[in-house]
Amino acid sequence: MQVQYIKKNKMLIFKLTEEIDHHTSEKIRKRADYEIEIHIPKKVVFDLENVTFMDSSGIGMIIGRYKLVSLFGGTFVITNVNKIVKKTLEMSGILKIIQIEDNCCIGGNNIEECV
Amino acid sequence: MKNVYKNEMKLEFLSKSCNENFARTTVAAFATQLDPTIEEIADIKTAISEAVTNSIIHGYENTEGTIYIYCKLTDDYIEIQIVDNGKGIENIEEAKKPLFSSKPMLERAGMGFTIMENFMDSMEIESSVGKGTKVTLKKVIKKDAPIKA
Ligand SMILES: Nc1ncnc2c1ncn2[C@@H]1O[C@H](COP(=O)(O)OP(=O)(O)OP(=O)(O)O)[C@@H](O)[C@H]1O
Ligand SMILES: [Mg+2]
Repeated sequence: MQVQYIKKNKMLIFKLTEEIDHHTSEKIRKRADYEIEIHIPKKVVFDLENVTFMDSSGIGMIIGRYKLVSLFGGTFVITNVNKIVKKTLEMSGILKIIQIEDNCCIGGNNIEECV
Repeated sequence: MKNVYKNEMKLEFLSKSCNENFARTTVAAFATQLDPTIEEIADIKTAISEAVTNSIIHGYENTEGTIYIYCKLTDDYIEIQIVDNGKGIENIEEAKKPLFSSKPMLERAGMGFTIMENFMDSMEIESSVGKGTKVTLKKVIKKDAPIKA
């Protein structure tokens, strides 16, 4: 997992990798909460481009981060959702509360230009 | 009597979360004999992951136990049983409901059984309190119509 914080717009980006299950969710949760609590970002992005697998443990972990960010008054979005991950997201119903925002941070270089 | 199953496989492993990946990947590799699509493989992996995670978190409540997986193939479907000797489920109907979780404080979404039911063609749960749980999943792998020469 890669973490990027853009001071200018107080945006925290987590580029998740590989498989999100019960085992890996625990690690992602710890790291994400640590970063969120020190930066208190206005916006948190979970970039799922390199995620090849996700089950309900991933859903629970994402809902938990959404709640934490909301508690601090920030917005939480997910981006770059592929077909396989999307199926699990849709089934779980979390897309009713969590927004998929595409093109919010394409590539490392354009990141500064994002709002 | 002729056995309808073409092939069979058994797995036995400790209820450690690092084995979740091992279990779903192994079952998916076994299922490739039926020539499934990428989506069908993803469905099987997700369902196995749900069942194994349940045995670890709920069945054994993160203590050490053994999880058993029995896999069988016919010409057109795969049947998988995930078995634990953990604490069992008191009310199966309630457990199957979407969003129901007995451990919401652990950030569980309560979607495991809903995902298994929807991603597979059938799901059966047998459980007895204090003895354990057996989940039987079946997925039909659709074959293209045979091409006649
Ligand atoms: N192997 C098991 N042994 C004991 N109880 C189980 C087992 N599997 C499921 N349960 C019970 O059934 C409930 C529902 O399971 P389900 O997988 O749908 O949700 P969850 O595991 O709580 O949340 P999620 O799967 O979304 O992380 C669990 O909360 C638990 O009480
Ligand atoms: Mg579950």
